[in-house]
Amino acid sequence: MMKVIIINKEEWTKGLERLYDSFRLFGPVKQDEFHNFRQLTKGELPDLKLLNTRLSAKSMVYPQSEKMFEFTLDENRDEHHILKEIRKDYSPQAVIGIRPCDARAFLLVKANFDTPENKDPYWIKSYESNTFIGYACNTPCPTCFCTTAGCGPFHEQGLDLLFVDAGDHYLLKILTQKGENLIIAAGWSSKEHSDDARQEMETLRRAAEEKITARISTDKLKDKKTTELFEALFWEEVAFACINCGTCTYVCPTCWCFDIQDETLGLSGIRMRNWDSCMYPLFTVHGSGHNPRSTKMQRVRQRFMHKLKYYVDKYGDGIQCVGCGRCIRHCPVNIDIRKVCDLMNNFEA
Amino acid sequence: MLAYIEKIKEISRRLLQEGNVDMVIGFRRGTVPMMNEPCFVKTPEDVDNLVWDSNCGINLANYLTNRQEKIGIVAKGCDSRNIVTHIIENKIKRDQLVIIGVPCKGMIDRHKIQAMFETEIEHVTELDDKITIKGVGFEKTLEKKDVLQDNCALCIHRNPVIHDELVGDLVDEQKNIDRYKDIRNIETLSPEEKWRYFDNLLSACIRCYACRNACPLCYCPTCFVDESRPQWVGKSIDPIDIRTFHFLRAYHCAGRCTDCGSCERACPMGIKVRLFTKKLEKDCLELFDWEAGMTLEKRPPLDTYRPDDPDDFIK
Repeated sequence: MMKVIIINKEEWTKGLERLYDSFRLFGPVKQDEFHNFRQLTKGELPDLKLLNTRLSAKSMVYPQSEKMFEFTLDENRDEHHILKEIRKDYSPQAVIGIRPCDARAFLLVKANFDTPENKDPYWIKSYESNTFIGYACNTPCPTCFCTTAGCGPFHEQGLDLLFVDAGDHYLLKILTQKGENLIIAAGWSSKEHSDDARQEMETLRRAAEEKITARISTDKLKDKKTTELFEALFWEEVAFACINCGTCTYVCPTCWCFDIQDETLGLSGIRMRNWDSCMYPLFTVHGSGHNPRSTKMQRVRQRFMHKLKYYVDKYGDGIQCVGCGRCIRHCPVNIDIRKVCDLMNNFEA
Repeated sequence: MLAYIEKIKEISRRLLQEGNVDMVIGFRRGTVPMMNEPCFVKTPEDVDNLVWDSNCGINLANYLTNRQEKIGIVAKGCDSRNIVTHIIENKIKRDQLVIIGVPCKGMIDRHKIQAMFETEIEHVTELDDKITIKGVGFEKTLEKKDVLQDNCALCIHRNPVIHDELVGDLVDEQKNIDRYKDIRNIETLSPEEKWRYFDNLLSACIRCYACRNACPLCYCPTCFVDESRPQWVGKSIDPIDIRTFHFLRAYHCAGRCTDCGSCERACPMGIKVRLFTKKLEKDCLELFDWEAGMTLEKRPPLDTYRPDDPDDFIK
C-alpha cells in the first residue's frame, strides 16, 4: 500500500528550497489576475492559492512553440542545408502543484506521442524528465466534471506524488519511485503515518468528490454510428455561436495538434513546431487551395467528434477529455462541452 | 431587463409568425454565470429561449456577415453601429434586416468580477442596478456601475442608432465622459517606454485569435496572419509576430471600430486589446471628426479622399 506522510508547512517550504539543487522547479505563479506554470527562480515558491491555472500544464512537456532543428543556408559552410538537432535541457524537472486532471491528461496525450509504432522524441524525453507533484482539489470549480470524465479531484494516474492541503499541514501520498526520490531530495521524513494520514486524506477526497455536481454521460458514445453522429442536425445549432478562435484547444490539456514551420533570418534558420488548432481554416487547407473543412460547423464538429467519438473508438480508453472545464470557463461565447457530450450521447438517428 | 426580455420575445414571435424574417439572432441563457450564448431562433415556439441581461456583451453584428436570409437581430447601441458598418461595407443588406433595438445600460465585466473572488462564482443575479454574486462561502451585492466593462463605462452611444423595433424607452446617454484618458497617458510616453508598455501588454498573448474572431470588423476571407502563400507572419509565440498581429489588426479597424469591447471580453488572457483600437478611434475623431457606424449616409474617412484631408504627417 502506498505511503501517506504528514508534512507541516514549515518543513514543506524548507523541502522545496532543497529541491532547487536537484531539479528545475516549475509551479503555478500568479501574474495579473490568473495563475500559469513557469519555472521558479531559486527561492521562489509556487503559489498554491489557486483553483487551477488558466492554461493547462501541457506546456511543461509540450511547449506552444518548440525549436527542433537549426540550419544554415550559407553555401560556404560544409553543413549548409542540413538540419541539426537543437540541444535541449532534459535534466530532471519537477512540477509542483499540477492538478490531477492535467496529470491524467498526459496519459491521454501519450496515446499520440508515444506508441509502439511512433515515438515523438521531444515529447517523450521531456515527459520522462518530469516528476509530477499533484495538488489535490479541495475546492473544485462548478465547471469541473472530472469525476464523470475518468478522473477526479484526488485522481492519482500520471502523478508521482499527490498532496493535499489539510489546514496546518500537507498530506503527501507517494505513488512512484520517482516520487520517493523527490521526497529524499527534499529531505522530508518518509516515516509512515499511515493509518491516520491515509484516513484523513480519504475523508478529504470524499468531501471533494461530493462537491462536484457537474456530470456528463459517455456510456453510449462508443455504440453510436460515426456516420450518423457526423450527420446529426444538432451541429448547426451547436456551432452557431462559435467564433472559431482557438481558445478551447489552447487551454485544453489534451489537445495535441501541432504544425511544423521553418523560419529563417538571413542565412540561418530554425525548424520549430507550434500548437495548432482544428478551429482554424488553415489547419486543413490543401496546397491546391481546397479546404475539406471549409465551414465553421465542420470544424466545430471535428473538435467534438475527435474528443468524444474518434478517440473513444480508436483507443478504447474513454473520452479525450479529463473534465478540467477550462474550455467551458474560457469560451468567449459559452459553448459547453458538457451540453454537446449529452447531445451526442443521447443522439438517436 | 425583464420587460426587455418579454418585449424581445413578443417582437421576435410576431416577426417569425408573420414570416417577415427567417430567423432571429439573439442570446440564450448561458450555462455558466455571466455568460449568454449567441443563438438563432427559427420558429415562434423557440422564441422563449431568448434572454436579455447584462451578460450580452458579444457583438451580434459578427453573426450577420454574408448571410443570405432575412434576419431579425437584437441590437444594443454598439451592435447597431456595427450593423451600420456592415451595411456600408456590403456584408449584409439593409432590407434583409429587421433590427430589434435595445437601449443599453452597459454590460458587466465577467473578468473583473471573477478577479474579485478567490473561488469560482456559482450564481450571478441582477435586479435593477445591483448585481448579486454567489459562490461557495460568499455572497456579495455590487453596484452595476462599478463592474461595467471598461468600454461600457465610457460609452456615449447606448441607444441603437438604427432600428426597426424598439424594446423599451431610449435611455439617457452618458454625458461628460472622458473617453481617452488612458490613450493620452500612453501618448506621453517616449518611444522606448511605449515599446516596453506594449511588450508587457501583449506578453500573455497565446495567439488564439479570440479578439479577432469576436470582432465584427474582422471578416476578411483570409486574415493576413493566415495567408500561407506567401506567409507574411510567423506562427510561433515570438513577440515580434504577436506584435505584428495586434498592431496590424488595429490598423485594419481604424475608422471602423465602435469600441463594442467584444475583443477584450473574448480574450482568455485578459489583455487590454482595446488600447490599440481606441488610439485609432481617437485619431479618427480628431482628424476627421468621425465616429464609426453612426450613419448610413456617409462613407468612412479611410475609404474616401478629400483634398483637404489632414496631411501633417508628410514632412
